[in-house]
Order: sequence, then C-alpha cells, then structure tokens
Amino acid sequence: MSIKRREQADIIFRKIFQATGFITIALLAGIFIMLLYNSIAFFVEVKPIDFFTGSQWDPGSMKGDYSIAPLLVSTGLVTLGAMLITVPLGIFTAAFLSEIAHPKLKSILKPIIEMLAAIPSVAIGFLGIVLVGPWIADIFGIQNGLNAINGSILLAVMALPTIITISEDAINAVPLSHREASMALGASKWETIFKVTIPASMPGLIAAVMLGLGRVLGETMTVLMATGNAAKMPSGFLDSVRTITATIAIEMGEVPYQTTHYFALFAIAVILFLITLSINLLGEYFSNRLRRFHA
Amino acid sequence: MNLFFGKKQVLKNINIDFPRNQVTSLIGPSGCGKSTLLRSFNRMHDLSPDAKIDGSLKIDDLDIYSKENSVTTLRKKIGMVFQKPNPLPKSIYENLSYGLNIHRFPKNEIPDLIEKALKESYLWDEVKDELKKPAVKLSGGQQQRLCIARTVVLRPEVILMDEPCSALDPISTNKIEELILSLKQNYTIVIVTHNMQQAQRISDKVAFMYLGQLIEHDNCENIFKHPAKDLTRNYVNGHFG
Ligand SMILES: Nc1ncnc2c1ncn2[C@@H]1O[C@H](COP(=O)(O)OP(=O)(O)O)[C@@H](O)[C@H]1O
Ligand SMILES: [Mg+2]
Repeated sequence: MSIKRREQADIIFRKIFQATGFITIALLAGIFIMLLYNSIAFFVEVKPIDFFTGSQWDPGSMKGDYSIAPLLVSTGLVTLGAMLITVPLGIFTAAFLSEIAHPKLKSILKPIIEMLAAIPSVAIGFLGIVLVGPWIADIFGIQNGLNAINGSILLAVMALPTIITISEDAINAVPLSHREASMALGASKWETIFKVTIPASMPGLIAAVMLGLGRVLGETMTVLMATGNAAKMPSGFLDSVRTITATIAIEMGEVPYQTTHYFALFAIAVILFLITLSINLLGEYFSNRLRRFHA
Repeated sequence: MNLFFGKKQVLKNINIDFPRNQVTSLIGPSGCGKSTLLRSFNRMHDLSPDAKIDGSLKIDDLDIYSKENSVTTLRKKIGMVFQKPNPLPKSIYENLSYGLNIHRFPKNEIPDLIEKALKESYLWDEVKDELKKPAVKLSGGQQQRLCIARTVVLRPEVILMDEPCSALDPISTNKIEELILSLKQNYTIVIVTHNMQQAQRISDKVAFMYLGQLIEHDNCENIFKHPAKDLTRNYVNGHFG
C-alpha cells in the first residue's frame, strides 16, 4: 500500500517537473516567435540593407528613416565604456576580497557591495542627471553631461555587484593546492594571484563578465535618463546617444499599433536579442575551452 | 626548534640534520607532526597566521627564517612535492616553465631545461609529443612525476616530499621510488612516508617521530634492525598500541 503510494508520488512529481520545464521552454519560444514574426513584417516594408547601413533613426520624418546603425553604435559605445570600467574593477575587487582582505574588512565590504545591487535603476539614472552629468560637463568643459560616458559610468556601477559576487565565488573555488603549488615553487603572493589563481578561475570569471554584460546591454531606465537620447550617429563618448533599449522604451508607448514604426521596434529588439545570445554563446565556448585544463 | 599553532605545541624540541645527497625518511603515526616539520623547512607555515616557530633552521649555514632571506629564493632552493599530485591547471609544458619564468631564467634556455628535467623525472618519453596537453589529463603517477620534474627543473638543493606515493597505485609508486633513488645523486631528499617497506627501500637515514617529538634518528639499518628505543621497535614492527 505505502510502496504503491510512494511510486505514485514519484510519477506525479516527475510529471510536475516535466510540465514546468516545458512551460519555460514554451514561454521562451513564444517570445522569440512573436519577436521574429513582427520583425519579418517590418522587413517586408523596409529593405534590410537600409536598416543596417543608413545613418538615421527618425520614424517621424516624411519618408521614415529606420536605420539601426546609430542605435547600435550608441549601445556599443555605452556598453564598451561600461565594460572597460567594470570588468577590471570588479575582478580586482573580487581578488582583493578573496585573497588579500582581512576577514573583518571583508565582512563589512561584502554586504555594502551586495546592497549596491538593490538600488533601483531609476535612482541611479537620477544620480546620473544631477551628479555625474554636471561633473562630466565640468571635467571635459562641455555643455551637456548627458552622454555616452555618463551612461557607461552608471552602468559600470550597476554591473559591479554581479561581477564582484560571481568572480569572488570563482576565485574562492580555486583549490588551496594550486596556491600551495605556486608558492612552493617560489612564487610571491602577487605572482600566485595573477598567474595561477585568476587564470584558474577564468571560466567562472567569464561567466561573471557575461552576466554583467547582460545587465549592461539590457538596462533601460538608467541609460534613458542619463545619455541624452539623441538618435543620431554619435562620434565619441562625449556625444549624446540613444541605445536600443531606450528607443524601444520611449517609442513603444506612443506608436500606433501594427504600423511600420511598430514593427521596427520589434526588429531592433530582435537584433539586441541576437547580440546578447551570440555573446553568451561565445563566452560559453571560451569557458569550455579553458575548462579542459581543470580536473 | 619548537612549533606552535596558536597555543597548541605541535613540534617539541626537534633537533635534526639532513646529510647532503642522502634520503631521509620521516616516519611516525598520523598526527605526530611529520607534515608540520616538513613544511617548516620551506616556510609553508608563513601562510597560516597562527603558526609560530622558535629555534633555528639552517641550510648551509643560511638561516631559513632570517628576515634578510627572501622566502621566494629559499623555496627555489628547497622544493616541495605534495601528498596529492597538484599540477597547475595549465599545460604540461607550462607547469614546468612557470617556476622558471618566476625566477627569471633566460627565455632561450627554458626549453632545454624543461627537456632535461622531464628526462630526469622519467617522464620525457611519455609526454614528449604532447607537451601542450593539459596536465590534469595525465595519470595520477604521471602527474606526481610532473610535480617532481617541476621542482627539479629549478635545480634546488633539497627536495621535500610529503607522502608522495600515498595517492598512487603500486606500479606508479615503484617508478617514483626509482626516481627518488636516482635523484639523490644530486639532491638532498626528505620524505614523509607511512610505508615501512618503502622507507627501507629508499632511505639512508630514518627519523621516527611520536607526538611532536623526535624519538630516534639513525641509519636506516639501525632503525629497522636494532632500534635504540622500544617505542621505535614497536612502531616499525607494526605493534602499536
Ligand atoms: N594549520 C594548523 N592549525 C592548527 N593545528 C594544526 C595545523 N596543521 C596541523 N595541525 C595539528 O598538528 C598536528 C600534526 O599534524 P601533521 O603535521 O599534519 O601530522 P602528520 O603529517 O604527522 O600526520 C595535528 O595534531 C594537527 O591537528
Ligand atoms: Mg601528514
């Protein structure tokens, strides 16, 4: 009797887990199909070549300019700047916490860093407008501090907690025996950190960077507030820019249903999705290659 | 010398010397302080903040713990092989070049030095065609010989080995023993072992430790055939109660 019951419970649970798995996959597939369907509708009306090569995003103009190029360059600039700041800062902070900091200092720093993740993006955007913007304008002697570099700085701060937390786990997971091997060969603490511990944790560090990158690429509110929202081709970090995410957020609310403009927003969303996807696959590939060197 | 971890005294009045180009085995029951003693010779205890050492340790009249000597050059002179093979997560070649680069050996000499060390460690024939392969892909015995080669390539004076065969099968153990006997022509070797037969096969001197004290230290023959202390006799004969 009771054995039969337990077997039944087994079957029921298996079914439940199968169902949840299917639901997740179906949701993802549904989102992707919906995006794809709407962007195909867009490419029926606008030639892909114009979409990728043009230099204007101005759906309101007479002939309607739908070029993703300025948005792509904007997203690229802001992301590149943010990653250049946050990756070294995050990984070195993680190495410091894991390898150097006194346990007491670590127990103070860690909660503070984790708290950083809890600040709402709208508050960070606000800081960008009232604090970082004027400060950038001052330093570079320009009129407007709402530009790409402003967004980069804010996004770097937002990605830091993710990168630090995951990198620290990765560095901590490096076995003591690797450190001992290195020290016993006469390497100093620094040489051990830079030549053994950090390289040994590389697969985990790549995962940390990928998650940080996902955060940076997908963040909307902060960049919308702090980067000036100029949908023209930027020529550098001090120009106002408008990222793909900000464009969708601003325009989706006002666009008439099922117009070219409406479909265009889906098309740029698909491009963003494909970018994130390919970067993640690339990261996965490299971290698998590195894992060959581990037991 | 004495060694404390916090308030606990782990090594008590140890006084021992190791003759050049001989193999000395440290034997004794688990927890008696063999590893602790071994690790004090290359200052591995520097890593644990609560370890405290008093007394003096010298290699060729050079004070191991003196402030003037850098611990990094000391560890080049006194190499160490661990209980569990611990190759770095790099290629076979990089495991050997790592120490050479750290100690700034001239770049153009490195490949030859590596080849020489691998030959001396009886590993060259097995790995010469796959030096780029990850070191973890080698068998346990090969990994341990790689760890020995990685130490030998730096041309140390002393090689410390902490139960180097305890994680290996008998055939690999055999190879390592042969290797130790050939290495002693050029190096002074101190090895911790739990295996009495092994101690008899490879050592010139044997030191028996018990509860943090050095009980007896003598030629291998004497320790196994005519030990001076009852404690030693009981231990080497396997009656320990
Ligand atoms: N880092 C440490 N902190 C405190 N006690 C330690 C530490 N390392 C070893 N000990 C203690 O020192 C004693 C000797 O250990 P060890 O040298 O590893 O013995 P053996 O190698 O002879 O088996 C043990 O009682 C162990 O608990
Ligand atoms: Mg031990």
